Amino acid sequence: MNAVFSIGSMAIRRNAPRFGAIDRLAPHSRLAGPMPWVIAIMIALTVIAAGAGLALRNLGTNAGAEIAGGLTVQILEGAPAARERQAQAAVAHLRTRQDVAEVIRVPEKDLEALLEPWLGRQMLTGDAAIPVPALIDVRLQGPVTERRLEELRASLKALVPSARIDAQAGWLGPVFDALASLQWLALGLVALLAAASAAAVWLAARSALGGNRETIEIIHLLGATDRQIARLFERSIAFDAAIGGLAGLLLGAGALWLLGSQFARLGSGMVTGGALGPADWALLVAIPVAGVVLATLTARLTVVGALRRML
Amino acid sequence: MTGEGGHIVQFDNVGLRYGTDREVLSDVSFTLFPGSFYFLTGASGAGKTSLLRLLYLAQRPSRGVIRMFGTDVITVPRARLPAFRRRIGVVFQDFRLVPHLSAFDNVALPLRVSGVPEGEIRKPVADMLTWVGLDQRADARPATLSGGEQQRVAIARAVIARPEILVADEPTGNVDPEMAVKLLRLFEALNRLGTTVVVATHDVHLLRKVSDSLIMRLDRGRLSDPTGALRYPPRPEVAAR
Ligand SMILES: Nc1ncnc2c1ncn2[C@@H]1O[C@H](COP(=O)(O)OP(=O)(O)OP(=O)(O)O)[C@@H](O)[C@H]1O
Ligand SMILES: [Mg+2]
Repeated sequence: MNAVFSIGSMAIRRNAPRFGAIDRLAPHSRLAGPMPWVIAIMIALTVIAAGAGLALRNLGTNAGAEIAGGLTVQILEGAPAARERQAQAAVAHLRTRQDVAEVIRVPEKDLEALLEPWLGRQMLTGDAAIPVPALIDVRLQGPVTERRLEELRASLKALVPSARIDAQAGWLGPVFDALASLQWLALGLVALLAAASAAAVWLAARSALGGNRETIEIIHLLGATDRQIARLFERSIAFDAAIGGLAGLLLGAGALWLLGSQFARLGSGMVTGGALGPADWALLVAIPVAGVVLATLTARLTVVGALRRML
Repeated sequence: MTGEGGHIVQFDNVGLRYGTDREVLSDVSFTLFPGSFYFLTGASGAGKTSLLRLLYLAQRPSRGVIRMFGTDVITVPRARLPAFRRRIGVVFQDFRLVPHLSAFDNVALPLRVSGVPEGEIRKPVADMLTWVGLDQRADARPATLSGGEQQRVAIARAVIARPEILVADEPTGNVDPEMAVKLLRLFEALNRLGTTVVVATHDVHLLRKVSDSLIMRLDRGRLSDPTGALRYPPRPEVAAR
């Protein structure tokens, strides 16, 4: 009769249960219904918004660095001979200055090629040709400030009265302003999406646990510790959040990659300056990881909270 | 294992109320002696389940003192309670099987919670399922079991880890009389191994089936002690058993 209790009494009644022992009791219906997909979609959108924001930032920084020290000098002289003389004088003067890194005379042929589609061949050659200013690209050491510009303008005007100097960043200013606004917009979107993703993860974890309240109470009454029970649910919910997060990351990264390769095909140097670097990709990968961490913490807080309400 | 006085459970002036309602248990005082077999009887609504909930540490009383295993379990830090619960086997009135686990895994639950190695679980659980006549249903989910079958799984789960106290709430309510007697034999076997058994029932026929059993009677939340077995110190003829 007593043989029915074939368990050795030494095998049981250990006061420190091993944590792994009840792991196989993880509930099968983990994240209920559409929640993993909601998580996947939210993570995907967050990744896309964050990726776009990072690309805009890179674009702004790269393009900014390229033209920050750039000046354009125009020689507005109608007579070709005088224009040529003045241009050479200006180039010579600029080359002597310590604060100038580079001086490039834009070849007249290039200018004509640039204007020909607009004005036509005969407008640019022969006696009736309209005068085209000579262009000199200047790169300063360091960024162009209003003071440096004024100082350079004065020194050049004294020598070449028909010279006109503009900072390249000046006429690109509105573009940079727009880029900055877009970056703020992306940042705001990321913040909103991150909050919504966090809420989705939180709700998913809570609803998964709500369906298992009965199980939690039973295991609790059978003598499981809070930690045993919390670990049980943490693991299964972290697993599901990881599935949703991974799907979202692949979706979002896929979309970014597609967009990136399409922009790259445009071949514009400015746009390729927005490409995502390894650090950017690492940041994007961190988004679903943060989601998993959040889901795990939520599971722990919810389980422990529910258990605290029991004796 | 027991208190200084040789008792395993001592209730002193325990009262319990749910919320702000009237007390469902009042002035309940009694002592349980290790290795004894108790029946808890009383009309429906008398407070049997409420008393058992205090016994299996699911509930704190509103007043009074409860000592178990020589420890005041009301003031003990919450973190120490799981270790006490693992020494108590419970058959819940509503079974409380984990719905997503098979009969086998439900029965194995107390062993796994206690950290018994996986290799030492299979045989005792299989043996126990055979004893309660469910070896063919080991892989079945609770939802696919009949009421009586679920009750037997619940009983197997309560006794599998050889608890020091077994608390059973109407454990034979859903089985035929023959199976009821068989399950009582299981409790007796466990009792002979040293477990203190408390069975709540309003089936008076059951009481006569276990010789040497002691009776606790609840009447609208108050405990009467018809045999004097619950006093401390016990009457000599009770102590001699
Ligand atoms: N969670 C609760 N909240 C409020 N009142 C409760 C609660 N549980 C039980 N009661 C009340 O406490 C009283 C005792 O209930 P209890 O379940 O202990 O009776 P019982 O003797 O086990 O009855 P039965 O034989 O029908 O199982 C009843 O009046 C019941 O309505
Ligand atoms: Mg009851």
